Amino acid sequence: MNAAAHSKQPAATPQHGATDTAFTPGFANPVFDSQHVFRMVLDAMAHPGSVRDIATSVEAPGLLQPASAALLLALADLDTPVWIQPGAAGAEHATTTRFLGFHCNCPLTHDASAAAFALIHSPERMPPLSGFRLGEAEYPDRSTTVLMHVQSFDGGPTVQLSGPGIRDRQALSVAGLPAAFWKEWCDNGLLFPLGVDVLFISGCRIAALPRTTRVEA
Amino acid sequence: MNQTADSMQHATAATPPPDPDQREANRHEADSVRARQRWMAVLARASREELEAILGMLPPQPAWQWLRRPETGLAMLQGRAGGSGERFNLGEASITRCTLRTAAARTGVACVLGRDHRHAELAALLDALLQGGESVRLERAIEELAASQSARRELAARKTAATRVDFYTLVRGESA
Amino acid sequence: MYVAVKGGESAIVNSWSLLAETRRGDTAIPELTLAQIRAQMPLAVDRVMGEGSLYDPELAALAIKQAAGDLVEAIFLLRAYRTTLPRLAVSLPLDTARMHIRRRISSAFKDLPGGQVLGPTYDYTQRLLDFKLAAEGQRPAAVQAPEPVAARMPRVTDLLGKEGLIPFEAPPDGDPEPFDLTREPLEFPASRPARLQNLARGDEGFLLALGYSSQRGYSNTHPFAGEIRMGDVAVEVIPDELGFAIDIGDITVTECQSINQFAGSADVAPHFTRGYGLVFGGSERKAMAMALVDRSLRAKEFGEAVNAPAQDEEFVLYHTDNLEASGFVQHLKLPHYVDFQSELELVRKLRARHQAGASTEQKAAA
Repeated sequence: MNAAAHSKQPAATPQHGATDTAFTPGFANPVFDSQHVFRMVLDAMAHPGSVRDIATSVEAPGLLQPASAALLLALADLDTPVWIQPGAAGAEHATTTRFLGFHCNCPLTHDASAAAFALIHSPERMPPLSGFRLGEAEYPDRSTTVLMHVQSFDGGPTVQLSGPGIRDRQALSVAGLPAAFWKEWCDNGLLFPLGVDVLFISGCRIAALPRTTRVEA
Repeated sequence: MNQTADSMQHATAATPPPDPDQREANRHEADSVRARQRWMAVLARASREELEAILGMLPPQPAWQWLRRPETGLAMLQGRAGGSGERFNLGEASITRCTLRTAAARTGVACVLGRDHRHAELAALLDALLQGGESVRLERAIEELAASQSARRELAARKTAATRVDFYTLVRGESA
Repeated sequence: MYVAVKGGESAIVNSWSLLAETRRGDTAIPELTLAQIRAQMPLAVDRVMGEGSLYDPELAALAIKQAAGDLVEAIFLLRAYRTTLPRLAVSLPLDTARMHIRRRISSAFKDLPGGQVLGPTYDYTQRLLDFKLAAEGQRPAAVQAPEPVAARMPRVTDLLGKEGLIPFEAPPDGDPEPFDLTREPLEFPASRPARLQNLARGDEGFLLALGYSSQRGYSNTHPFAGEIRMGDVAVEVIPDELGFAIDIGDITVTECQSINQFAGSADVAPHFTRGYGLVFGGSERKAMAMALVDRSLRAKEFGEAVNAPAQDEEFVLYHTDNLEASGFVQHLKLPHYVDFQSELELVRKLRARHQAGASTEQKAAA
């Protein structure tokens, strides 16, 4: 953890025996900012497939984007293990883990099936959804919320969503999803009440897929 | 700040380097960590008033930047069954922590028991200043603080000692 | 079934102001300060911190003041306040072997390295009310010995453990992260860490009674106080940005190691077994009771028959929390009007039937 610490500092004097901790700042107003983000996610989950701009000014270090950084700042803490998709450049990965470690204090896990939150920064290489934590019969909520970085919400293939929170149909365009995603999503739906929930993220915008949302073939 | 075994945050120990220069550097690093641990313990045990007084005797400090504003929360305290066995969660304590960066690019960290934001702020600022190793006055003030904490402890220990039972007064002084 | 009743809002608001006035009492009398409660009623503060499961003497003092001295109510207040604070860290395990000793005794072993140190104990006081305390202006001065107590006093159980006289308690492989009752629901069979955490937060009265029952024969422990120590231990955490442990201050704890006899079995030779109590502050009675109950709950581990309440895991662990107990008992004050009405109707019907049956019998007998 200490080794990568000096890499991001512009011409700063090396600290005497200390890890350099000039991280990207977190929320300017932690209480109000996290309440705002929480509200946005709640609304997104309540209206699946609707795209929302969470209007955050949080910088996004390393592998994070503004919305995923804001989400983790608001939701991740000492009790929520976070899984970060492996395979990224070492320095970027280290910056990300340092940011999360400092601001969220969240345990980081290599084990996808133990994660409360999963960050997928390269959807084309994502592992199967079934590999995450799917919950238990007594506690179906003890499952992974998957944060997926997508290219955009404009111009990609459009799907029609239905289910709780959607009157009739909700169209959602997502660019940057792997071809197999929607098939996996259908399989996830079969596991109800178990399964994962997904939040698509592009810059400051989010769209939610709670496990009850169905996609039309 | 967590101790879970599968955390990726805590790097495993590096393999020991072979050359003497590197070993010297490591020893130096270990010494400076120990020195920092020592003064942080003293700052944590000081009262807010004592730290204000120390800051007051230094020249006015330029503004610093918050990396983490003082926040109060909980630390779960753990014990061990039988004092040495498996860990258990005993109960929580209130703690306050903060991290700041001085104009001289030193990072000050503080984590103290209790809910006093100003105490944490002062401890972090002094931690940053002490890392510079530039202020002899400051170092001396910390030594004095450590000495007074030690003296208070010693006084309590002497009062406690007066309640030690002497089963055999004849044996007193024989075992050194 | 609880009935949602309307009305009473102004009665409730007025009950708050009446409570505040009652709590304050005669304003000609100086108001209690938190500093006074903290300094001069430290054992009340310790109990509230221990059962409230939050080490913060000032908050505990405030809770005691607010609760007008009702410690179980104060514990409730502290527990509630706890839920508003985020968890930022988990400490390294407290090292009671490196305690700055303020009291340290053993009733099992007379001569210990460091000696028997009584400390500020009530044990040898005559339990006669001291009317001198009714006046103020007390400035008692403790006697100081020329030398301080030993800086380090090894635990008796560790010394004996090394000799093999008492089983040495070692952490399991990998020193696993313990169960956390504040995060996971309690399930049975409960692990030792789950039991110890539950007991540490448990009601002193309940544990005292259970410990007492275990000594009177409702169990089979034959305990000795191997060592009781009280003093200050350093709290250490490893901040993420530093990567090394820092000492963030001291807390006071009391630790009790009980040594108990075990009869042995066909395969296992007789040996001593242990119980452990660890509490915030100077709550020594609680620490002792905790050690007794800890040992009783280890009955199955030692192949003992489980036939006493103090050995019954579910009975003990489900009833230690005075918040839960108080809540359920006091919930009876919530409106149960409809429930009771239906009970009333039923009883009336049954009485009518009973009387009708009795008069029929009388007629038949006549």
